[in-house]
Amino acid sequence: MKTKTEKRPAADAPRQPAKLWQLRLYVTSSTPKSLTAFANLKKFCETHLKGRYRITVIDLMKQPHLAKGDQILAVPTVVRQLPQPMRTIIGNLSDTARLLVGLDLRVAE
Amino acid sequence: MKKNGSGRIQNNGHTSAPLAVQLPKCPTGIQGLDEITGGGLPRGRPTLVCGGAGCGKTLLAAEFLVRGAVQFDEPGVLMAFEETEGELKANVASLGFNLDRLVRRKKIVIDYVHVERSEVQESGEYDLEGLFVRLGHAIDSIGAKRVVLDTLEVLFASLPNEAILRSELRRLFRWLKDKGVTAVITAERGRESLTRHGLEEYVSDCVILLDHRVSDQIATRHLRVVKYRGALHGTNEFPFLIGEEGISVLPITSLALNHQVSTERIATGIPRLDAMLGGRGFFRGSSILLTGTAGTGKTIISANFAQAAGRRGERVLFFSFEESPNQIMRNMHSIGLRLEPQVKKGLLRFHSARPSLCGLEMHLATMFKEIATFKPHVVIVDPITSLMDLGSASEGKGMVTRLIDYLKAGQVTSLFTSLTQGGHALQQSEGGMSSLMDSWLLLQDFEGNGERNRVLYVLKARGMKHSNQVREFLISDHGIDVVDAYIGASGVLTGSARVAQNSLEKAAILAGQQEAARLKREVERKRAAIERQISGLRSDYESESAELRRIADQVGTSTLMLTTERAASGILRQADAKVATRTRVRASSNGKAH
Repeated sequence: MKTKTEKRPAADAPRQPAKLWQLRLYVTSSTPKSLTAFANLKKFCETHLKGRYRITVIDLMKQPHLAKGDQILAVPTVVRQLPQPMRTIIGNLSDTARLLVGLDLRVAE
Repeated sequence: MKKNGSGRIQNNGHTSAPLAVQLPKCPTGIQGLDEITGGGLPRGRPTLVCGGAGCGKTLLAAEFLVRGAVQFDEPGVLMAFEETEGELKANVASLGFNLDRLVRRKKIVIDYVHVERSEVQESGEYDLEGLFVRLGHAIDSIGAKRVVLDTLEVLFASLPNEAILRSELRRLFRWLKDKGVTAVITAERGRESLTRHGLEEYVSDCVILLDHRVSDQIATRHLRVVKYRGALHGTNEFPFLIGEEGISVLPITSLALNHQVSTERIATGIPRLDAMLGGRGFFRGSSILLTGTAGTGKTIISANFAQAAGRRGERVLFFSFEESPNQIMRNMHSIGLRLEPQVKKGLLRFHSARPSLCGLEMHLATMFKEIATFKPHVVIVDPITSLMDLGSASEGKGMVTRLIDYLKAGQVTSLFTSLTQGGHALQQSEGGMSSLMDSWLLLQDFEGNGERNRVLYVLKARGMKHSNQVREFLISDHGIDVVDAYIGASGVLTGSARVAQNSLEKAAILAGQQEAARLKREVERKRAAIERQISGLRSDYESESAELRRIADQVGTSTLMLTTERAASGILRQADAKVATRTRVRASSNGKAH
């Protein structure tokens, strides 16, 4: 998904653990799945990325036009915008092992 | 397809029987499709369009949207799963649709949905609410009434969890119905089911199947309405074309025979032929078949017919599959027929094409288009047989049926020429087509005495008293002349044999007349002779009878004198009576002695 050109400089090395992780969580209001996903993501980040992550929660019910940009179909969806390359994980993130694979964090930790 | 048994009304040919409640329909604007479906797709419900690759699913869906936006003021959303917005725009531009402008004018929203499986990791439960949100947003942004999902099945490849996908699709179709939009969902044809992933399970209101087949090296697309809940529809497979103006489903075989008919008669341009057809020519709007072997004058009769129509101020569309327009016009000069003025006045239009140029359906589509734009009163197809050779017999017949139906619906008189391969199988070979025709003229060659002559029969003419006679027809510098063939003791004679027979008859009559005159003179002469004889005899008789009278008088007087003399001499001779007797005896004995 290279549709969106990010405004960030290209100098970042993806595996640099010190860099900030930018995550976007797409949800639909406060459905149970969305709430679970947020809780799971928060817990995961606290465990693996403490202090160097930022989660943006986007409620598609309020901002439906944003769904098109990141090609969102499934809800909930987490999009790793930084570090590059962009990665997408769908689901309520209950499967931590898969989330690790999805965010490509196995090597890091 | 398991669920379609109930509630479906089979078309049984009765179109006029009105349903108690007609489902509201959403016209597609696609030529022919609305006729087949009786007005369009079910309004407010999803329709599944399935077919293999290259069938035209996307085009059909796109045309549904574009026509909706342009013709019916119903904005639409196109959710594309396969092609990007740019690709789609370029693809439909070839059909003359300007998607770009419609998008700018907020008549159409295109949303390209792309999910790359390799880029997506699954973790835990999810649903497809994002899709709903996007679709809902697109619909609401322009107040869309129509939605196209092309091709939804791509999701099966993009999303790993099929169970979730299926339940979400079921929800999606429900949701679309609730939204009240008329949706078209395209799907790839499956090997054993209608769609590869069984989408027909969810969309059960209307299913249209597209198909692309090649037979005899000619590819033809077909469309079939597999099911349509609660509505009458044509169940046949209809060929369709993707032309310059989008899809046209061909054509429009009406579900019933209920054409308007006319009692008006139109002249053929050949007075004697009109006379053979009950004196007034063909019915307007009827279909006429002109059968003959090569060189029997089919085109000439057609051209005459065209000219006659032109004289009435009617428009004639002449489809020629063997000759170019100029060639026809030049050749007609040889019989004194000038078609150019008609062409110049716009009353006659030629459409010439080689039959092998394209497939049967394409020809038919072109003809329909020509007919629709020119709106002729008379259509001539010369010859229909070269078109029919393109397909199988049933396809050919189907084509003629559709053409005739179409023409009859518009009260257009149609003349088809048919080239047959000589011999006696003439009528047999036309068996398939002739039943569709109202009138059938047969042109035939008569070979004999070292020449070929043309004769013409009216084999059938529905609804009129027609001649059962064979006529010879002559092609001369000043057109066609139909003359009586000689029918006599020695059979039917044509050409020089007929002329010879005529002169023979004339000679015989002359000879007879001469003979009669001679006989008359003879008799006259005899009568005169006899009369002369009679008068001669009479004068003979009269002279003889006068003589007789004279003699009788004489005898009378002499007798009288004699008796008186005898009496006197008797008295005188009384004395010597004995002497006298003796003298007589002597005289007789002297005679014996010698």
